[in-house]
Amino acid sequence: MRFAVIVFPGSNCDEDMYHAVVDQLGASAQLLPHTATSLAGFDGVLIPGGFSYGDYLRCGAIARFSPIMPAIIDFANQGGLVLGVCNGFQVLTEAGLLPGALHENTSLEFICKDTQLKITNPNTRFTSAYTTDTITLPIAHGEGNYYCDPDTLAQMQANGQIVFTYTDNPNGSVADIAGITNANGNVLGMMPHPERAVEALLGLTDGLGLFESMAQATKTAL
Amino acid sequence: MYLAKIYVTYKPSILDPKGESIKSALHRLAYENVADVTMGKYFELKLTGVDQDDVAAQVKDICDKLLVNVNMETYRFEIEALEAV
Repeated sequence: MRFAVIVFPGSNCDEDMYHAVVDQLGASAQLLPHTATSLAGFDGVLIPGGFSYGDYLRCGAIARFSPIMPAIIDFANQGGLVLGVCNGFQVLTEAGLLPGALHENTSLEFICKDTQLKITNPNTRFTSAYTTDTITLPIAHGEGNYYCDPDTLAQMQANGQIVFTYTDNPNGSVADIAGITNANGNVLGMMPHPERAVEALLGLTDGLGLFESMAQATKTAL
Repeated sequence: MYLAKIYVTYKPSILDPKGESIKSALHRLAYENVADVTMGKYFELKLTGVDQDDVAAQVKDICDKLLVNVNMETYRFEIEALEAV
């Protein structure tokens, strides 16, 4: 299993993502700059958190037009596994790979704390390895308030696209949404950080199951 | 040369946390008749072009592609011809 970790100017969770899949999961990975234009040889794409392009204009709006993005859109459209965390989630909505949008938390505060999540769809390529339906992952965002219109919400509910919900909604997200997939189930965006919860030494390990699920789904050896 | 003035705001269906926060501050300042506050973004673009309709079509394209997230925002714009210097 070989992951590409995309590095935009202003990404700051790229090294954590790399550490999670290489040192904790045991897969291989490469930090791939936003200027790259090919994803040949990769089995999965990880878009990390941070403040790509300084969050100018809107979170993820400028990153969405980076040179690497056409390759990511092709990769996703061909069924490749793409995970966007935090700013990565914002990039995926801006790119139209996921429905809806993310805006300011209702409290207007940047929230950095552990949150309890319900796995609302355990049968996805990102959650199949979990044996529990409740996990704890940290969040760290100011603009994680998920919005979509009622029709889109109904469609996502019918398709099982809502994968994670907050048990105690911290940011005002519609329907307590913390993470969603596209209709095909191969692209996941989520505000909580699984890559920050992969080793007991740092307090949490519930993020590892997500990367294990991705590895199982691609049916490639670690 | 044309000047495009573009106004972007949240769709009415979205609760605008910044607008709400400003509204409650105004109420604390005793402007209790302020019923609603919307906070948005304002852009000015200077564009070369011959035909104003063509420029307007281009500005609309620019808004839909980059300046506005049409999932949650709405926009309007004005275009005026600038005097040549």
